[in-house]
Amino acid sequence: MTVSHETPGSRSLASRAFANRSFVAGFIVAVLVAAMALLSYLWTPYDVTRLVISDKTLPPSSAHWFGTDHFGRDILSMIMVGARNSIAVALVAVGIGMGFGVPLGTLAAARGGLVDDALMRLNDLFFAFPALLSAIMITAIFGPGAVNAIIAIGIFNIPVFARVARAGALSIWPREFVLAARAAGKGPARITVEHILPNIATLLLVQGTIQFALGILAEAGLSYLGLGAQPPMPSWGRMLFDAQTRMATAPWMAIFPGMAIVITVLGLNLLGDGIADILDPKSRRRA
Amino acid sequence: MTAYLLKRLVIAAITLVVASMVVFAVLEVLPGDPARLMLGMNASADQVALLRNQMGLDAPLILRYLHWVGGLVTLDFGRSYTYSVPVIDLVRERLVVSLPLALMALTLSTAIAIPVGLFAASRQGRAGDAIAMGTAQLGVAVPNFWFALMLIYLFAVWLRLVPAGGFPGWSAGAWPALKALLLPAVALALPQAAILARVTRSALIEVMNEDYIRTARAKGLPYRAVLWRHALRNAMIPVLTILGLQFAFLLAGTIIIENVFYLPGLGRLVFQAITQRDLIVVESVVMLLVAAVIIVNLLVDMSYALADPRLRGRQ
Repeated sequence: MTVSHETPGSRSLASRAFANRSFVAGFIVAVLVAAMALLSYLWTPYDVTRLVISDKTLPPSSAHWFGTDHFGRDILSMIMVGARNSIAVALVAVGIGMGFGVPLGTLAAARGGLVDDALMRLNDLFFAFPALLSAIMITAIFGPGAVNAIIAIGIFNIPVFARVARAGALSIWPREFVLAARAAGKGPARITVEHILPNIATLLLVQGTIQFALGILAEAGLSYLGLGAQPPMPSWGRMLFDAQTRMATAPWMAIFPGMAIVITVLGLNLLGDGIADILDPKSRRRA
Repeated sequence: MTAYLLKRLVIAAITLVVASMVVFAVLEVLPGDPARLMLGMNASADQVALLRNQMGLDAPLILRYLHWVGGLVTLDFGRSYTYSVPVIDLVRERLVVSLPLALMALTLSTAIAIPVGLFAASRQGRAGDAIAMGTAQLGVAVPNFWFALMLIYLFAVWLRLVPAGGFPGWSAGAWPALKALLLPAVALALPQAAILARVTRSALIEVMNEDYIRTARAKGLPYRAVLWRHALRNAMIPVLTILGLQFAFLLAGTIIIENVFYLPGLGRLVFQAITQRDLIVVESVVMLLVAAVIIVNLLVDMSYALADPRLRGRQ
């Protein structure tokens, strides 16, 4: 998205982006994590499906940078493969949230009245359910696994995006260019697509980054409880579960997967903050 | 004022009723017959049918729903399939672990977040602000169960100051029990404190830009005094909102944290009940947690009206 009201004197979007420390740091982390996940399809230091019992719970060394787990698997390789799972689950969950939430939110804003009231009450109902508890129930009912984890996390993204889209759309509707479009005879649906959506894209992008980060945390929580991706597919949360009973003997089994989660989530949050700053410089002065 | 409170009350009541329908409906689609599960795979069809009848699983859906809701209201939650004791007894004995844990975590997170938020806001744009908010940014990214594992490693495995898990019970004395809850409370509190500190800071900074703050400054009050006397009170509304929302996170967080520390609390109870298909326990505990969230948010809404007289006229 480009900023339309740029004056000739102001710097370009790209140069502002690279001057923003949050954005640069977050962007680098996001690219590195994505590259790590992609690389794992082609190459990992060790095969994560092969169990080498003689190498079990080795501390970090030059052969195994992050040590090995209780089956002798290389922790670094498992973190690389586990990144795929985290990214896939969180990304699709954001897609579900946006795919349902944005139409609902913009509809509520466009129609107002009863439709708006009904949708927003429904939203409030969603917020009464602790998301993690409900996700645990959903995955427990439909069986553990990555797909059900995606659905469980995705469902709770819907009201979040509905709320953001509605609030954003409500602030755009009274603007002059929308009035002009209405005067020109455009219907609510067309106005929403042509004028509302492009103007709330920034908000949605920022919220998307935040939900992506939260999705990675939620997936790790579900996997930790044994409700996410199932073994032998490595996942960061599952690795922490396996590490839990071995804190006294093999702490590296917990330290490194946890750091992978922290760094990824931190990077995404920085990226979100950075995007918000760059596209809406007003917010920087305020917050 | 009364109209505002009444409207909030009605909305909360409706939400509660709809939520109870959702919980009941969701658990109805649960695959697996609890009667079959209790008797094991070798039981005959007759035995299963008999138990289903005894458990009231044969009655029509609507009657079972009404029976269940009636039970909830009178605090008669039925009997657990797996523990064979009244659910209310289970809840009561688990609540004495989870409630102190949640309260400790909430107190800790507020006690950390508000001073940090104040500190950062009073040094906006300076090094202290950057360090405090950098730490908060990091805190938001840390999964509480991993943080819990690191705390166990540091304080239980390495320094041997506290037990790594388990709960001695309140009968063992207040100090050993509190000691067992200390690490779990810290693990729950710190990520929440990070969020709360950020909200406190931005709410304060927002308020500090208001006209009446400028007036207070203009009449010669020092910056710190204005921050404490005028800004903090006015910044409390967003802080209260987040505190209310965090209560729900906290309850859900106890599920994971109680698992990490092997604490016999409500969260662990509901998690085990889900995996054991102990429907009655799941229904009742989930409904209790949802009701707690709704009531806390209602109280937060009401406290707005007390904290900010301007809101009383609205709506």
